Amino acid sequence: MSATTPQTDTGATPKQGSGITVEDLRVALPGRGGVDVVDDLDLVLHPGEVVGLVGESGSGKTTVGTALLGYTRAGAVIDHGKILYQDRDLLGLPWQEVRQLRGEEIAYVPQDPAAALNPAIRIGNQLVELLELRGIGTAESRLQGARDGLAEVGLPNNDEFLRRYAHQLSGGQVQRVALAMAFLPKPKALVLDEPTTGLDVTTQGMVLKTMGELCRSHGVAALYITHDLAVVANIADRVAVMYAGQVVELGEKETVFRHPSHPYTRALLDSIPHLSQARALSGIPGRTPAPGSRPGGCRFHDRCRHAVDRCAQTVPELVTVTPGHSARCLLVGEIGDWDISKGVVPDSDPKKARDPILAIEDLDVFYGRSKVVHGVTLDVAKAEVVALVGESGSGKTTISRCVGGLHKEWTGRIRFEGEDLPKGSRARTATDRKRIQYIFQNPYLSLNPRLTIEQIVKRPMELFGIASGKEATDRVVELLDQVALGPAVLGYQASRLSGGERQRVAIARALAAEPDLLVCDEITSALDVSVQGSIVSLLEDLRKSRGISMLFVTHNLALVRSIAARVQILNAGRVVEAGSVVEVMESPREDYTKRLLANSPRVD
Amino acid sequence: MTDAATLLDPDHAEPASVTTTRSRRARRGGAWAWVAWLLRRLGLAVLTLWLVSVLVFIATTALGDPVRAILGKDFNADKARAAQLTAQLNLDESLPQRYLHWLGGLFSGDLGTSIANQRPVSELIGPNVVNTLVLVLLSAIIMVPVAFGIAMISANYRRRKPDTFIQTVLLALAGLPEFVIGILLVAIFATTLSHVLPAVTIATPGGHPWDDPKTMVLPIATLVLAVSPYVSRIVRATLLEVLDSDYVELARLKGIPERVVMRKHALLNAIVPGIQVVALQLAWLAGGVVIVEAVFNYPGIGFQLVDSVRNHDVPMVQALAMIIAAVYVVVNLVADLLSILLTPRARTAISS
Repeated sequence: MSATTPQTDTGATPKQGSGITVEDLRVALPGRGGVDVVDDLDLVLHPGEVVGLVGESGSGKTTVGTALLGYTRAGAVIDHGKILYQDRDLLGLPWQEVRQLRGEEIAYVPQDPAAALNPAIRIGNQLVELLELRGIGTAESRLQGARDGLAEVGLPNNDEFLRRYAHQLSGGQVQRVALAMAFLPKPKALVLDEPTTGLDVTTQGMVLKTMGELCRSHGVAALYITHDLAVVANIADRVAVMYAGQVVELGEKETVFRHPSHPYTRALLDSIPHLSQARALSGIPGRTPAPGSRPGGCRFHDRCRHAVDRCAQTVPELVTVTPGHSARCLLVGEIGDWDISKGVVPDSDPKKARDPILAIEDLDVFYGRSKVVHGVTLDVAKAEVVALVGESGSGKTTISRCVGGLHKEWTGRIRFEGEDLPKGSRARTATDRKRIQYIFQNPYLSLNPRLTIEQIVKRPMELFGIASGKEATDRVVELLDQVALGPAVLGYQASRLSGGERQRVAIARALAAEPDLLVCDEITSALDVSVQGSIVSLLEDLRKSRGISMLFVTHNLALVRSIAARVQILNAGRVVEAGSVVEVMESPREDYTKRLLANSPRVD
Repeated sequence: MTDAATLLDPDHAEPASVTTTRSRRARRGGAWAWVAWLLRRLGLAVLTLWLVSVLVFIATTALGDPVRAILGKDFNADKARAAQLTAQLNLDESLPQRYLHWLGGLFSGDLGTSIANQRPVSELIGPNVVNTLVLVLLSAIIMVPVAFGIAMISANYRRRKPDTFIQTVLLALAGLPEFVIGILLVAIFATTLSHVLPAVTIATPGGHPWDDPKTMVLPIATLVLAVSPYVSRIVRATLLEVLDSDYVELARLKGIPERVVMRKHALLNAIVPGIQVVALQLAWLAGGVVIVEAVFNYPGIGFQLVDSVRNHDVPMVQALAMIIAAVYVVVNLVADLLSILLTPRARTAISS
């Protein structure tokens, strides 16, 4: 047994594993000329320790996670390297023995558990399935184990619950079932692949807490994979930052967050919003390179603001910065210190005079016979961003859809520059429709896949008679330039663009109509933090230069602090607290707001 | 974990007592919901059959003069026969009266009298209906496991040699008209190459084809070969989709052996589209075995339908059309019921 980590200090005698050691792992795609997905990866997971593996989409973090169980998705193979578990190399074992280790010794908690629980098998049966197949315990002991496991994660454990199917549970419940399922065979190592994506902050806080407790009390070595630095800051003991298939920085959590040494880590930290203070967020130029198109030399050099000539030629090794802290950068120690308060800007002034452009009065919204929004009143001033914040089901998107004319079953008044807006968009005048533009949450679904980007952005101009022909094309180029996309994308279809680029196109499309009000429905929640940073800074520029007002729907309170002037906290279809962002976040009056703030993961 | 209770989240975890009372109430409500669902579906089935009866009636007797159609050239020559037919088909009554007369007969089991040989229709078609149902059922019993088995093997070897081979063969079979398959089988097993099996069914009066089980082999083999490729391809496609799903990946990462993954995690979720396509094929078999029955001289309803149409035997055609429609409706109803029972989401949607 290896050294006990200081974190295992619970009173019970924890079951100790030996952790997992990954040595020089390389995962490649043989079908594409053997390009690597993951390369030169060394990582040690100590028992009772949570290691956060952070990276943007396409960085190879999930591949690392499944490789720890000797598994790769179709098309990828583990090229070389060792995965040492109890002094045995997992990759050298016959597959029957590897399968034997899975679940029982090394368990996996999936991303999106709603999709990862079998829809045709009852929760209770899925929980005990592995034990049953391996013949561990008796039927009664297995059932009791399942009940205890559910209690541990704070779920009901009666027969009725065990007989449920995945679709009969809420997102948070499904997540916790997946967690209980992974813990049931008492594994000694755990891989958690973004297990809280898509959960509300209070549920997320609860799941993270449960997970941390379980890992530490059972002496489990855990790898927590996520793109969310704020989550890592809350639960991990050590952090590994991944970029383009390699670990670029590795160290104790405090060290990595206080003294990030790799420019990529710094750029990531610069792009995330803080709860305590508004920030001018910045993105990282360019996009994460896919396997096969990763540049030579330092893989980050083409996006790095510190890059010098030799970065393009020399492949950097992971070098030790301080004991236990290493970074893969040629310029370690040469790029100066990092300051967390960089980018801090003053909060928007709560006493600024307001000239309302949109006023919602006593809005009740219905879906069929059920009333989902109850008497909401709020307004948005010119050149102001008002955030609608709430958990899923709070009615925030419903309200924004009513404003956009996409949902017609409502009563009350929605006034735009003093004029009452009709309910559906069909009943509204062309001017109203032009002046209020809606940007959707998922840029993968909101752009017509058959049209070119030029056609997509041009469409509102033709529709509202703003421009046509050559003039319109020029305007499209201009708009794309504003959202930091080059004219090269004009002839592309949306499928060739990344998520962030698609969302920029969606913003350009909305801007093409020359709107006065943008309704932004969770527009950054499907995007990486660095992309979110650049989208937010783009919106802020637009607000300042064009005086556009925005109704900004989000569940992320930290983001609200950086983007909005006013905030409306929604719970179950009612506004529970409203006011300027500074007041609400500095001195919340309502318990609900306090709870949201307390559960929001934070890095500051 | 002594602090488990503190982890209880008030928003998401319900006290056990609340959930159980709620579920008990839901279960009682559930039974009624099922009855209501079934009644509604039965009502729709009856409605469908009624619509079919109207169409069948219009197509067979209301358009044009059935007597003229039956007698053809003899219509002007044989006035007595024409009058007798007019009386037998109640052509002197008004159209609605005739329809109601016929519909009433359907309900009371009186299907009319065959024009061709002046015997009650029910007596004539009874044995053939049984013969066809036996043929179709036996084919189905063999076809379903064969098709699912092939699909599973194929999906297991996805895009590797065995899969490519199976898919090529299936596509070729699906492309062959069933009479070609029938003729090939006859040539191989009954005539040109060997004589292990009889080529045709010799119908003995009062007897059934399965009195000599050997005669059933080739018709059943033909139907199985004609139908399984479709079923197999659909099930394989669904299986492949399911095998790519997150829950199958999780099952593998959980350390579940591959055969259990396939049998339990994958097949359970791929079975519903399979049921739907099996139902469609069965319904098609019920009415569409004409050619197979003709090739093997099998005394079933398809064979009889062709005969009756040729003879302009209106009451026979009407009765057979209604039986085929009824088989369609029943098979689809059963398939829908099975699909719902096997899809937890749909099942729980009904009872809640």
